[in-house]
Amino acid sequence: MADSALVVDVQGRTFALEGGDVLPAVGQLRFSLPAHSFTCIVGPSGCGKTTLLRMILGLDTGFEGRIEHIHEGAVAAVFQEPRLLPWRTVEQNVRLVLPDQYRNESLDELFQVLGLQDMRSFYPNQLSLGLARRAALARAFVLKPALLILDEPFVSLDKATAQRLHTLLLKLWHAQPTTILMVTHDMSEAAILADRVLVFGDRPAQLVNEILIDTPQSRRDALMQLDIAQRIQRSVV
Amino acid sequence: MSVATQTANRSRFASACMSIGSLCVFVLLWSVLARWLDDNTLPAPSVVWNSLQVEWRSGELTYHLGMTLLRVAAAFLIAMSIGSAIGIWLGMQPLANRIADPWLILLLNIPALVIIVLSYIWFGLNEAAAVGAVALNKIPNVVITLREGARSLNPEYSEMAEVYRFGFFKRLRHVVLPQLQPFFAAATRSGISLIWKIVLIVELLGRSNGVGFQIHLYFQLFDVATILAYTLAFIGVMLVVEYAVLQPLDKRTSRWRVSHG
Repeated sequence: MADSALVVDVQGRTFALEGGDVLPAVGQLRFSLPAHSFTCIVGPSGCGKTTLLRMILGLDTGFEGRIEHIHEGAVAAVFQEPRLLPWRTVEQNVRLVLPDQYRNESLDELFQVLGLQDMRSFYPNQLSLGLARRAALARAFVLKPALLILDEPFVSLDKATAQRLHTLLLKLWHAQPTTILMVTHDMSEAAILADRVLVFGDRPAQLVNEILIDTPQSRRDALMQLDIAQRIQRSVV
Repeated sequence: MSVATQTANRSRFASACMSIGSLCVFVLLWSVLARWLDDNTLPAPSVVWNSLQVEWRSGELTYHLGMTLLRVAAAFLIAMSIGSAIGIWLGMQPLANRIADPWLILLLNIPALVIIVLSYIWFGLNEAAAVGAVALNKIPNVVITLREGARSLNPEYSEMAEVYRFGFFKRLRHVVLPQLQPFFAAATRSGISLIWKIVLIVELLGRSNGVGFQIHLYFQLFDVATILAYTLAFIGVMLVVEYAVLQPLDKRTSRWRVSHG
């Protein structure tokens, strides 16, 4: 596992419900993420994908098994909601996650790439959802994380905005290679971004298929992306 | 200057004019009523103004007002510090909250006068008993306000802080306290208005200085003009605190609540 960034070996995660019932959210899962890979998880709604991400992030510890972060280094996340602190400006939100010794680091290049240069002093409630998501991406990438977790970060955006953000994400990832694990419902999004797709079955979350995509993201044209999306769709069915 | 700033300035000016106009109407009505009654129970504004000047020149007003303000400040700081700490803790610890809730209800329902009298009996007629009694009257209100604030903390921000490995103080400063700001503001406003009223009773019952003591003294002399002079002076100071300290502070901490772009 020398080239792995993350090893997941989970026996299961259940939730106790009122009345004594037990809800199995995550089943037996065993996979690893190669370093600097871009992995997408797809699967039906409510199958336990987000629960798995929370377990990886350390927000949910009530599971059996182990999740091992092989490389030391920061872990960053972009959630479905941008989760920017509304009382801090865009720049303050981004700087806040930096360790004290890097607090005055220049953010010009990062903001330039993400098109946030003119919005540094804006408060989150002055931003559109698309811009807020960019700010959340900036906050994640500024840490130069060893592992980046993305939980449907482009959900409920219009197609053009989502496409722009896909391009920006790939640009950042190429400039600053890191291991990315992203949950998405959108097969075409996975076809654009991922070099590996993990297909989950119904709840409790379990791996039913794995698709490797050899063609680099930059060389995938629309036709190829459609073909990959159909492959993923077939494996889901 | 932008059009928006000019409009805001005009609106502020109009609002200030209305406030001053309203106060002028109040003074006018008071004058008319005083002239109509024509006895010592309601002196005219000019008589009260003269009493205020006499007390000011003698230095009595400054001294007694200063003593009262010191007590208000001390009781306020104690009540806010202890009440906030307990309130935030109870808001985050449901078990502790269940245990402490009956105590809070008990304290909330004990009349201020009872706490003051018992405090003087148990601890003596001294400054600590006076300030402590005032603080004790306010603490349950602060606890309840801040407890509600702590209960309404957004767990999404806490998770963000957890993922990005914020330390305790960083989390407190950047994530928790800003969310509690409206609750602190509410506790501060209600706190100051309640505390200064209780401080006057404490002074009336067991201190030898302060506005409450002076009001008691002039009550015995049936000098309504000086009683009103002290009352107005104290209200004036409280208005300065409201407009020069609380409102600018509130505006500064809420500046991010701007309209959506």
